Amino acid sequence: MHRPFRRFVVASAVAGLCALAAGAPAFACAGLVTPGGNVKLVRAATLAAWADGNEHYVTSFTFQGGGAEFGSIVPLPGLPSKVERGGDWTLQRLEREVAPPAPRASCGPNCEAAAASPAAAEEVYNTRIDALDITILRGGGAAVGQWARDHGFQLTPDAPEILDFYAARSPIFMAARFNADAAKERNQPEGEGTPIHLTIPMDNPWVPLRILGLGKAADDIINADVFLLTPAQPNLLPAPADGVAEARSEPASKSLLDDLRSDKGMEWVPQQMWLTYLRIGEQTGRLRYDLAVDRSGTGTPSPVMAGLEAPPAPATTTTTAAPTTTTAAAAAKPVPKPKPKPTPTTAASAPTTTVPAVDPTLPVIVEPPATAPPATAVALPPARPASHDGSGAPAAVLIAAAGGGALLFGLAAWALPVRLRRRAARP
Amino acid sequence: MTARVVFAAAVAGASFAAGVVWLADPGSASATRTIAVTAHHSRFEPDRITVKPGATVRFVVHNSDPIDHEFIIGPPAVHELHERGIPHVHTGVVPGEITVPAGATVETTWTFGPSGSPPIAYGCHLAGHWAYGMHGLAVIR
Repeated sequence: MHRPFRRFVVASAVAGLCALAAGAPAFACAGLVTPGGNVKLVRAATLAAWADGNEHYVTSFTFQGGGAEFGSIVPLPGLPSKVERGGDWTLQRLEREVAPPAPRASCGPNCEAAAASPAAAEEVYNTRIDALDITILRGGGAAVGQWARDHGFQLTPDAPEILDFYAARSPIFMAARFNADAAKERNQPEGEGTPIHLTIPMDNPWVPLRILGLGKAADDIINADVFLLTPAQPNLLPAPADGVAEARSEPASKSLLDDLRSDKGMEWVPQQMWLTYLRIGEQTGRLRYDLAVDRSGTGTPSPVMAGLEAPPAPATTTTTAAPTTTTAAAAAKPVPKPKPKPTPTTAASAPTTTVPAVDPTLPVIVEPPATAPPATAVALPPARPASHDGSGAPAAVLIAAAGGGALLFGLAAWALPVRLRRRAARP
Repeated sequence: MTARVVFAAAVAGASFAAGVVWLADPGSASATRTIAVTAHHSRFEPDRITVKPGATVRFVVHNSDPIDHEFIIGPPAVHELHERGIPHVHTGVVPGEITVPAGATVETTWTFGPSGSPPIAYGCHLAGHWAYGMHGLAVIR
């Protein structure tokens, strides 16, 4: 059933950057249009950095358009220990680093590509950052999808499969909804971005890529930029190729790190890091993976986290701590300290996996693996016991046997008197 | 005389039995069968079925997705109409046209055409669902 009155749209907005033109730097443009067509999410950029056992995930949402509400769902590899407003400078500074003369202009054609975007999902945490209502969710794909429906998100037909794809690896999602009333109250101008900074205790950074194709046609090209900051030159899975081009891989400059460190909430930036700049340019139908990273550069990124292999069944994902926040809206919520437990990610024979750290005080969430049949599978309908189409033969045989028996009985009944009469007529 | 009456009764009984057998023939057009269809990840399982000419089939459609779906079965004109038309809830009043809400199971009955009829498609016409691959084919054979 259509829900044209729905105003929220599930967006893939994680690291979408639209290429302005060939050779020009990419800008974050995950074009999202609601059924009404008057509101769209035009920007979502991402930095995934790792330091001191935490993935620092910085993404920005910029909304434009009318007064309707709008939203986005982002899969997360683990439960954030902190959700806060990111600094305004970080993403812009990274873009400048890789494309100094980049002019800021309107999005290209890809910006117009619409990414419209049983058991209840648990709302682990709620907060408001600027005009964004942020909810950290924990649940399976169906539960998160149901939560999204209940909260007015319009889910595109690919959403169930994609939500299951991510939930099989981590049941943590972030829903971000643009609150038009809040924007009006704070006089937030259209086009103003809201950076969100998540601190997620992780062994290795991880960046969801497949969700960028949510709501897009299989042949749509996804253009995205991903910045990685790691202690050393990382190993990546999938390895950089045509679809994931490594545009920059070098020690981060001192000026870049100094600038990043000066931004709000970025004091954790070490003195030395390795900068990797990836340009994603892949067809939606082919972008069925995520970016798994081995931060040390000596191990092997997890093919499970990359989405190239199914997680072992049943997949077990645990959380670390409830999120903290620096926003006033969430000040009343008690927040335990994060308990990062970085684990060495080296394995000579087995691939290194990126597993969220375990907090024994929190329940273990067990998610069944997604078992999607191949798209080309052709299955015949199962035989039905009560069916007359194929399974009715035994009954027909029984009836035929009964009829045959009756016929034989009749013949015998006719022949016996005749035989007796003939015998009686003998001299 | 008595023997002839008995013989006639026997023949009549056999003929009746033969008639029952004919009615119970799996290839009978009047037979009704049930096919379970699941909507999962915005695709139908099974996405291809084979039915007898003239068969009446009861489709029991379960939606395991967290989003609503439709199950519309009919000739191409029906699908074209629904693909272009204004979406609305199908309550089942029209045979072969039902809305299956998220997590729900709904059934509908459809009678297929005679031998030689072209395959009949079934699918979901919510925005983008057909294009995503949410359709199947019933072959009459």
